[in-house]
Amino acid sequence: MAMNEIESDPLLQVEDLKVHFPVTEGVLGRKQVATVKAVDGVSFSLRSGETFSLVGESGCGKSTTALSVMRMLTPTAGRIAFAGEDITRHTPAMMRPIRRQIQMVYQDPFSSLNPRMKIADIIGEPLVVHGMASDKTFYRKQVAELMDLVGLLPNMADRYPHEFSGGQRQRVGIARALALRPRLIVCDEPVSALDVSIQAQIINLFMDLQQELGLTYLFIAHDISVVRHMSDRVAVMYLGKIVEMADRDALFDSPRHPYTQALLSAVPVADPAIESHRPQQLIVGEVPSVRNPPSGCRFHPRCVQAMEQCSQTAPELEANQQGHLTSCHLYGSAEGRLASAEVPG
Amino acid sequence: MSNPNLLEVEDLSVSFRTDRGWVRAVDSVNLHVAPGETLAIVGESGSGKSVTALSILRLLGDSGQVDRGRILFDGSDLLELDDAGIRKIRGDRIAMIFQEPMSSLNPVLTIGKQVAEPIQLHRGLPWSVALEHATELLRKVAIPDAEHRLGDYPHLFSGGMRQRVMIAMALACDPRLIIADEPTTALDVTVQAQILALLKDLTRETNSALILITHDLGVVARYADRVAVMYGGRIVESAPAGELYSNPQHPYTRGLMNSIPGLDGSPQSRLITIEGQPPDLANLPPGCAFAPRCPHASNVCHDQKPALEQIAEHHLRACHGYE
Repeated sequence: MAMNEIESDPLLQVEDLKVHFPVTEGVLGRKQVATVKAVDGVSFSLRSGETFSLVGESGCGKSTTALSVMRMLTPTAGRIAFAGEDITRHTPAMMRPIRRQIQMVYQDPFSSLNPRMKIADIIGEPLVVHGMASDKTFYRKQVAELMDLVGLLPNMADRYPHEFSGGQRQRVGIARALALRPRLIVCDEPVSALDVSIQAQIINLFMDLQQELGLTYLFIAHDISVVRHMSDRVAVMYLGKIVEMADRDALFDSPRHPYTQALLSAVPVADPAIESHRPQQLIVGEVPSVRNPPSGCRFHPRCVQAMEQCSQTAPELEANQQGHLTSCHLYGSAEGRLASAEVPG
Repeated sequence: MSNPNLLEVEDLSVSFRTDRGWVRAVDSVNLHVAPGETLAIVGESGSGKSVTALSILRLLGDSGQVDRGRILFDGSDLLELDDAGIRKIRGDRIAMIFQEPMSSLNPVLTIGKQVAEPIQLHRGLPWSVALEHATELLRKVAIPDAEHRLGDYPHLFSGGMRQRVMIAMALACDPRLIIADEPTTALDVTVQAQILALLKDLTRETNSALILITHDLGVVARYADRVAVMYGGRIVESAPAGELYSNPQHPYTRGLMNSIPGLDGSPQSRLITIEGQPPDLANLPPGCAFAPRCPHASNVCHDQKPALEQIAEHHLRACHGYE
């Protein structure tokens, strides 16, 4: 079946990813006193052509996950496979051909562009680095095509980043990411530094490019409305773990994990008519330090539905019959038993 | 009849000295806010929303100046006061909360000292009494274990907790007006909801006024009674919140509403965007600042600045009109 073929051959596969950072003390920082488990057992996979989002608040591990996929970090444990190839322990030299296929767009279009380089050179640099610029006419044509693709005018080629607004700079960042014709683009908060009216332009650009070039996006964001608009599937992270993962509509229309529910209700909707009679489930407290996460379910100290076992055992991420994954004792095995009991015979 | 407004800004214009000469950041702005009311000033970067707030407290610094206008607070013009006069108002009758709780607290003073100081300063209370008062305030803004945290320094507090401390400081002297400039932009969304709910409850409780400066139209929808939309240094539309969202009349406001993803529940559709880039304040067009991006702009829009005019009860718009 075609569907199964796609499912069995994901573009990116992350299995039980763990990224732990040592906390050191002493003059030379040689004595390890603790471990920060920034990412602690995260699994997901991306089908070719889809947009998969990781959402969560600061310290949830979404950016660390992204950097691991880019292999800018070496995972402590787990496995990352790109197009079937295990890249978990790849050396920088081994990563070189892979890097052409995985590119990144950064949050801050103000600090991620070299202020001394002209726009055309910034966009073309990846081609130069990968030795694809020996034919000058071909190179110039490529850069011009990239600029056109992201909506930059030809006369902007010789200008410097400071002459551009935030939205235009983000277009430059996107053109640069596209230069090597990647298959996967990791987008770390790509629109959160932009004004609302410009944000919409860039979101449209991302969606147009995906259609045109068949791109796959791993989208990292904290803005729930942007995620809802762009994603096919969404995973919600909390303190280094995925607490819920589902198709976009399932996640937003019927969130199951108490944290997801609280997160969605905390986001104000831009419509006073809706806001005035919307129940507000205010979540108490703040995200605890990753250095010292709570026992059991990491969300339990803030959870309004916490039960005794929540502080003792960490729940597993389990799927219901629709494939909606939740890591919460409210569902889990009890519901699994119910579901199997309903099956006749 | 006495004036129902606590604050009235009349025809305020503010300029800044830059490398490219004087740049007008705020142009002919009129605003008012009544006790118990939350007014949101919405706009994108460079719209003049923060400068408007800073000029109310005369915090423009050396490079900024008020060109004309009046800022009437409780009947007296804040622009006429001498330095001692404005210092009496600042932090006492009008308090300000800034975006960055990390940089607006003094890192080498304890929290207790920072919260108690304005109380001692403005109220002339003995230190022990001021400190007691400070403890109460910290409890009010839900800092756990407040009495034991007075001796702690800001770096020991999280971002949300620091913003709570800022709010406690702002409330220290029972201000009549609180100006909050992007108070939750640096915070996580679950904490943002807590802080804004707290701010709203506290102002309602004390019948003080709140001016909320933000770019987040969701925040505005949840917390504001009335909204002023700024663009290129001018107010382009103002209305009660419900009216503004259900019946936006300025093309820029409409554009903003359309730009927000997910509102109409049709994910992955193309968003209707406002084309072009935000205006360069040093290089504003002679007519309406929004005209270069406006789908309805006609000749008059490019030549003449439209005045802010009433189009319905409590609903003002600065636009030459369109079909």
